[in-house]
Amino acid sequence: MLQVKNLKVRVEDREILKGINLTVNKGEVHAIMGPNGSGKSTFARALSGHPGYEVTEGEVLYNGQDLLDMDPDERAREGVFMAFQYPVEIPGVNNAYFLKAALNAKRKQAGVDELDAIDFMKLVKEKLKLLHVDDSLLQRSVNEGFSGGEKKRNEIFHMAVLEPTLALLDETDSGLDIDALRVVSEGVNAMRSPDRAFIVVTHYQRLLNYIVPDFVHVLSDGKIVRSGGRELALELEEKGYAGQTAAGARK
Amino acid sequence: MSTATKQIEELANTEYKYGFVTDTEQDIIPVGLDEDVVRLISSKKGEPEWLLEWRLKAFRAWLKMEEPHWQNVTYAPIDYQGVSYYAAPSEKKKLNSLDEVDPEIRATFDKLGIPIEEQKLLSNVAVDAVFDSVSVATTFRSKLAELGIIFCPFSEAVKDYPELVKQYVGSVVPHTDNYFAALNSAVFSDGSFVYIPKGVRCPMELSTYFRINAKNTGQFERTLIIADEGATVSYLEGCTAPMRDENQLHAAVVELVAHKDATIKYSTVQNWYPGDRNGKGGIYNFVTKRGICKGDRSKITWTQVETGSAVTWKYPSCILQGNDSVGEFYSVAVTNNFQQADTGTKMIHLGKNTRSTIVSKGISAGRGQNTYRGAVKIGKNASNARNYSQCDSLLIGDRCGAHTFPYLEIKNTTAKVEHEASTSKIGEDQIFYCESRGISKEDAINMIVSGFCKEVFRELPMEFAVEAQKLLGISLEGSVG
Repeated sequence: MLQVKNLKVRVEDREILKGINLTVNKGEVHAIMGPNGSGKSTFARALSGHPGYEVTEGEVLYNGQDLLDMDPDERAREGVFMAFQYPVEIPGVNNAYFLKAALNAKRKQAGVDELDAIDFMKLVKEKLKLLHVDDSLLQRSVNEGFSGGEKKRNEIFHMAVLEPTLALLDETDSGLDIDALRVVSEGVNAMRSPDRAFIVVTHYQRLLNYIVPDFVHVLSDGKIVRSGGRELALELEEKGYAGQTAAGARK
Repeated sequence: MSTATKQIEELANTEYKYGFVTDTEQDIIPVGLDEDVVRLISSKKGEPEWLLEWRLKAFRAWLKMEEPHWQNVTYAPIDYQGVSYYAAPSEKKKLNSLDEVDPEIRATFDKLGIPIEEQKLLSNVAVDAVFDSVSVATTFRSKLAELGIIFCPFSEAVKDYPELVKQYVGSVVPHTDNYFAALNSAVFSDGSFVYIPKGVRCPMELSTYFRINAKNTGQFERTLIIADEGATVSYLEGCTAPMRDENQLHAAVVELVAHKDATIKYSTVQNWYPGDRNGKGGIYNFVTKRGICKGDRSKITWTQVETGSAVTWKYPSCILQGNDSVGEFYSVAVTNNFQQADTGTKMIHLGKNTRSTIVSKGISAGRGQNTYRGAVKIGKNASNARNYSQCDSLLIGDRCGAHTFPYLEIKNTTAKVEHEASTSKIGEDQIFYCESRGISKEDAINMIVSGFCKEVFRELPMEFAVEAQKLLGISLEGSVG
């Protein structure tokens, strides 16, 4: 579904990603781990099309299409979803209204009829139940005055409604207490399906206790230095990143 | 250059949608202004002697006044002698139905989407359409008349209800009030007159559409709305004007009088030609709007959405004279390209337990300059007066400006006055967040701006809220290509 070839990305004149290669198939969950500054979040943001991240080299194919050629909103409508590390507040814009606009933009692109308010609310209620999320989130302005946990839950709720093909989770665990982490993870697990892939960016292995990955990749200084199965994350927890960086350097 | 800035560049390229000129033979008097012109206007309208005298008093006062320049705007000097002070469609015979209206004029209204058609009328909007200076058609009046409501062109009110006009005209905005109000009092052409009798709740929104359409013709509308004891009325005013190269002066006066237990809601959507993207042309909108809450428990609400004009200078205000009276001001002002707005309100608390609320939302894009200027005055007898003011500014791009000048004058120690202000920029982050959900950049900006203005939009009558949102969309259109 996703082929990343030699991806190089620059942020404000600094090269952050120095040639990433990664293949993600349908149904897989890939965890991207690494120390601060290794480029994990940059990877997720570049895939989502964030304007601050300039791709200088490489290629990304998404379902056979050139992902890098698409605008961010186009990518989203084609099924790429990004759960933000720091979800943005949009004062005065009702969360349900926002989500309905997003869903209908996607449906329109897919040539499916747009949902009316009644059908949309039906869908939303289902998703809220699935995620065990309180429906008070609906009537508030997008992320405005949300606690850290509520913001992250709202991201997962957006994901559930938009039903992406490829979901990018950018440090979704940061700032969450253990209960919130469990709720968010259960939401993600409920969304796992043979047709959907996840790229989970995280600093800590603890998230991976809840969202069990099929593959773990360790990023260091803009490159993937090791790839493995779930056990790699456990090893990292025990030994820390220091060894990995060194191991990467030895290669 | 940031994305937002680029969007504004593109936005600046959007042509004004309502710029066209109707070719109608017009009765225009030569340019220039002196006492003879004032007399000519008055005689063309067949006015009584007292009104002519009032106009002349205003004109003489105006001659002694100086054009104010304290406001935070700059514009080329106005040649008051280069303006024609009266224009009327040449056919002036009484019309019995809309079918008799000049087809050219009808077509203009249609292009603007003015709801003069039957369907619209059936949806409960009474329309008093002002084409340049003379009212062309007035509808629904008989239905309103059954309730004793008077809704007619100002000039007709002068003929049919001289006592009411004489009693109230200039009672809220005196003919000597300010330079532009004095000018208006001397040369006003026409406008609307509304009287709601005691205890009557006006069953429909009253609406007027103004349109400036004669070259070099200043517009001097005069509107007077009186709500007698216990009466309630909601009045809508919406404007568009055709594209012009010359700057056009518009100096209107609106006076509202709310007696005991009366409520007046006055809503405006203003979308006059703002000038081109280089700041050439556009309307000078110098308006004096003021209401008086004369009786106890009366209430006046001003709601405005200002998206047009090259220069806007207006402060819809409330004099809270009655005890327990309430004044409200809700405003959205958009300035784009080279537009300038200096707008706000004055809340003058005189009665006991008077309350006022001010919510102002300024949006600046391009090189637009947006100024909020508001005064809250609490008189020495106004015990337990309350005011809450909130002024928020939103900046799009990095070449625009937002300014806030709140003035407070408090002479009673029991007063409670609050002021909150904020300035924010539409962030790339906000736009990207919307995009990451599949929402296009253009829709994202509209959504963010509408969200910002929500507190004001919800004060507008439903139908107008939709129109206002559309206007906002048009004003910021092209911002995202």
